[in-house]
Amino acid sequence: MSDKVLMKGAEALAEGAIQAGCRFYFGYPITPQNETPEYMSRRLPEVGGRFVQAESEVASINMVYGAACAGVRVMTSSSSPGISLMQEGISYISGSNVPCVVMNAMRGGPGLGNIAPAQADYFQAVKGGGNGDYKRIVLAPSSIQEGVDLFVDAFELADKYRMVVMVIVDGLIGQMMEPVEFKTKVDVSTLKTPEWATVGRHGRDHANVITSLTLDAAGLEKWNLKLQAKYAQVERSESRIEEYQMDDADYAIIAYGTMARIAKTTVRVARAKGIKLGLLRPITVWPFPAKQLQAYAPKLKGALTVELAYRQLFEDVQLALCGKIPLGWFGRGGGVVPGPQEILAAFEEQFGKGR
Amino acid sequence: MEHNVVIAGFGGQGVMLIGELLARAGMEEGKEVTWLPSYGPEQRGGTANCAVVVADEPIASPLLTEPQAAIVFNRQSFDKFEPVVEQGGLLVVDSTLIDKKSSRADLDMVYIPATDIAMELGNSKFTNMVLLGAYLGKVNPISMASVHAALSVFLTGKKAALIEVNKRALQAGVDFVNKK
Repeated sequence: MSDKVLMKGAEALAEGAIQAGCRFYFGYPITPQNETPEYMSRRLPEVGGRFVQAESEVASINMVYGAACAGVRVMTSSSSPGISLMQEGISYISGSNVPCVVMNAMRGGPGLGNIAPAQADYFQAVKGGGNGDYKRIVLAPSSIQEGVDLFVDAFELADKYRMVVMVIVDGLIGQMMEPVEFKTKVDVSTLKTPEWATVGRHGRDHANVITSLTLDAAGLEKWNLKLQAKYAQVERSESRIEEYQMDDADYAIIAYGTMARIAKTTVRVARAKGIKLGLLRPITVWPFPAKQLQAYAPKLKGALTVELAYRQLFEDVQLALCGKIPLGWFGRGGGVVPGPQEILAAFEEQFGKGR
Repeated sequence: MEHNVVIAGFGGQGVMLIGELLARAGMEEGKEVTWLPSYGPEQRGGTANCAVVVADEPIASPLLTEPQAAIVFNRQSFDKFEPVVEQGGLLVVDSTLIDKKSSRADLDMVYIPATDIAMELGNSKFTNMVLLGAYLGKVNPISMASVHAALSVFLTGKKAALIEVNKRALQAGVDFVNKK
């Protein structure tokens, strides 16, 4: 048979990170992603890595910050309320121009909420959360295999751009099992310690200093402009989208992650009824694939945004497509996941029978 | 071709296990599979369920709101899933533990005294295999040989001695639906 193994998402993603070269993990437990740190605690020592269960999420992200400054592949994972606690650290890491990966298994909110699947941390992930003008690359896999593959990209993008890369999933992807294949194995001995890393002078004529503090306003503006130029480069080069059944589509559903996967069945059901429906699935939600969406505008009679949140993804869709085609929205919150038929009913309610 | 089924009962009845067995057997045949458990507070003291999809094509939704089939191990699961099985679908019921009959005329119903059959085989713990056998006797998402092969992944070491009786339990389920 193939090299496929049947694994729970939260564990497969952890293994994917290790295969991508992650050797340092710092975290604090929270459902629905506890299998990730549990797996890391077992596996990292086997591959010469280090696992630390920190005393809090604030400590975790600052341990990540420290390891990131040493130029190693490092990550943490948590779920919504825990990720909220990490925002200060994420801003500091971004302001310091060092790379790391953060995974958020999003759950129902606000507040303590529940442990059911949700996408209500979209704004926090793509727009901000911490202070200051910074961006993260945000990857949104919709299957376990894609998540595993994207972890390789996550660490490479983090290193390439010296940025925080977030991988956003939810409890559904974390708890389900699917066959998965680990196609890429990064040999960590080939990874060079970056020149900027704070790992000792080693004969260099200057000490490396990493900080997010710049008291001089003109100096900080200059630093900001440098970050902005980098973000613009990422926006030009790194946005990704999956186009499903779009060749002859009259209408599109726009959705990401778990919601997109369920909406894929909606597309199949609609097609069986003669409705020419397709799916546009952002794989990167930042940078948002606005250009790819806009390219479809002349061909489409309308698009329905579907999300496990209240008009968060929809705002980015509006920024990309407002005034170009009729836009509709459907979402459920609090951890409720609509099925394919419910999405189809919402589509038909807003766009008629799609003919 | 896609087969999907919801398997539901009390925690401890082996509900999740036969779902995983089905998924693993499907994977060994090179099929696309997903196994999605219910998780969260509803597992404590209440019912647990899992949704399994076995398909030739990549699977879209792993979440089943209108499953093609359901295998129910207790009354609560009967009440929850009997109404949502798709039109003309299959419902497999352990009639030892569930005395209720479906009011739906469109469903293909299997009332099998699975717990009784398992007891005859020596232990009520084989009930899940009897029910899985009944399901596999009705629809063939995968071959019985693959299910047998998957059993040996779960039952290793001392438990390997239980493979044969589990196979007999599966066959008892198949035989029950075939003689009807």
